[in-house]
Amino acid sequence: MIEFQNVKKMYESKKQTVEALKGIDLVVEKGDIFGVVGYSGAGKSTLIRLVNLLERPSEGRILVNGKALTSLKPKDLRAEKKKIGMIFQHFNLLNSKTVFDNVAMPLILSGTPAKEIHTRVNELLEFVGLLGKAKNYPEQLSGGQKQRIGIARALATNPSILLCDEATSALDPQTTSAVLQLLKKVNREYNITILLITHEMSVIREICNKVAVMEGGRIVEQGSVFDVFAKPQTEIAQNFVRTVIHDEIPQSFKKQSEGNPIIWKINFIGANSSKPLLSTIAKKFDIDLNVLSANISEIQETPFGNLIMEVTGEESEIKKAYDYIQAENILVQEVSVHE
Amino acid sequence: MNNTLWGMEITADQLLTGFGDTLYMVAFSLLFSVVIGLPLGILLVITRNGHILENKWVFNVLNPVINILRSIPFIILLVALIPFTRFVVGTAIGTNAAIVPLIFYAAPYIARLVENSLLEVDKGIIEAAEAMGATTWQIIFRFLIPEGLSSLVLTFTTATIGLVGASAMAGAVGAGGVGDLALSYGYQRFDTMTMIVTVFALVVIVQLLQSTGNIVSKKIRRR
Repeated sequence: MIEFQNVKKMYESKKQTVEALKGIDLVVEKGDIFGVVGYSGAGKSTLIRLVNLLERPSEGRILVNGKALTSLKPKDLRAEKKKIGMIFQHFNLLNSKTVFDNVAMPLILSGTPAKEIHTRVNELLEFVGLLGKAKNYPEQLSGGQKQRIGIARALATNPSILLCDEATSALDPQTTSAVLQLLKKVNREYNITILLITHEMSVIREICNKVAVMEGGRIVEQGSVFDVFAKPQTEIAQNFVRTVIHDEIPQSFKKQSEGNPIIWKINFIGANSSKPLLSTIAKKFDIDLNVLSANISEIQETPFGNLIMEVTGEESEIKKAYDYIQAENILVQEVSVHE
Repeated sequence: MNNTLWGMEITADQLLTGFGDTLYMVAFSLLFSVVIGLPLGILLVITRNGHILENKWVFNVLNPVINILRSIPFIILLVALIPFTRFVVGTAIGTNAAIVPLIFYAAPYIARLVENSLLEVDKGIIEAAEAMGATTWQIIFRFLIPEGLSSLVLTFTTATIGLVGASAMAGAVGAGGVGDLALSYGYQRFDTMTMIVTVFALVVIVQLLQSTGNIVSKKIRRR
């Protein structure tokens, strides 16, 4: 669907050449909601702009629907661009036009008959739940409503790909969630492949099935969202995961604890998270458990969570409990309060 | 002296003709200046670095030429252009003759003002247009101009008022108009009353223009 083959992008100024992308290999498959996450300056914004040639690659190849857009004539390129919708952080709606006219714009540009435009625009406004706002101007809408209009506009020409450039970064958490659910609906109902960039790992967790982590113009880690969340390999990926999944010993406990308490960190993934592990080991072995932090959420409809607890009791009993957990195929490790 | 008004040395007829001449000069020079200045202003925007029709050559030639034209004082432009005016209009004096230097004065001014107005248009809008696969013409006429229109109206208002001021100086080539009356009667013949009435008339014209421009611009902005 979208394929990056060793893509590099250099920005040249008089004094120096800045390498924004240092060789990107990436495959987005049909039906994916593919998220690219990274801090600002990582190159993700450049990456997404290369897909519809808002920026041109300095080296390498990008295939969209099997075609290398860079080799197309301007006319063919414009036709291809109509198959790629895009939404933006700041919505980029025309303030001088009504909501209806904004959504109609891509159709007007391709010379669609007025009657067809009317039907299609109303259909799209209904899809995004803003049919009643057709005659309003963008300035009369809230941020979330503006992004819905942006989505309706991007879908006008029936694209097969939707690019989302920090589409929820200017929205509050609740609105973000609503817009993300709408994107999920776009992906499911219209079977549109989505490539999004964001600096928020929560966005990735909420809707993506695949993720790439970018740093310094490179993709340092990529895979299914579940794998990256469960076992982040690089430090930056670990940091990103930590922003949504807290698995650290609480500060308050660190401060008041004396000596060397025994602390276990347990990860639940998938089916084994439904087992009543805690009550089982508390009954089976003569130990006491003190939960310090716990959280269980869903990623890709699979339960996913972690638990940090203090364990007290006889050393032998603790050892037995530890072995029991391991035998159950649950990831457990002992961590120190002082790390 | 029967037809004189409020003790002025000029007649009401003369004053009315003056009004007509000013209107005529301003209207025609404005029309031509916009026809020339608007495309130049658009060119200044779209040929600059990183814009849709980036072109160093066009930009780097156009930019200083407009600066040079804009730095010449109007009264000098008026005289310097006499041979050219004679060639185009057939005469170097009179109302029609004054229109030529007025265009030379206002067109680069408008180009610069248009440039400023259009640069205010959010670059994100242009990016959205490009992502939609809009042609260069479509970007200009469907995105750039509609989004900058309210600001463009104020731009043309400013240019029109500039032309009213410059047209007064065109009296130096016998162009007629309210400003000519102020110069040749009020100033040169020490006719204080004419001076007061004509200047007051100019004030009224400028006020009317500015208010109209503001109202229209606001109406376009609507919100």
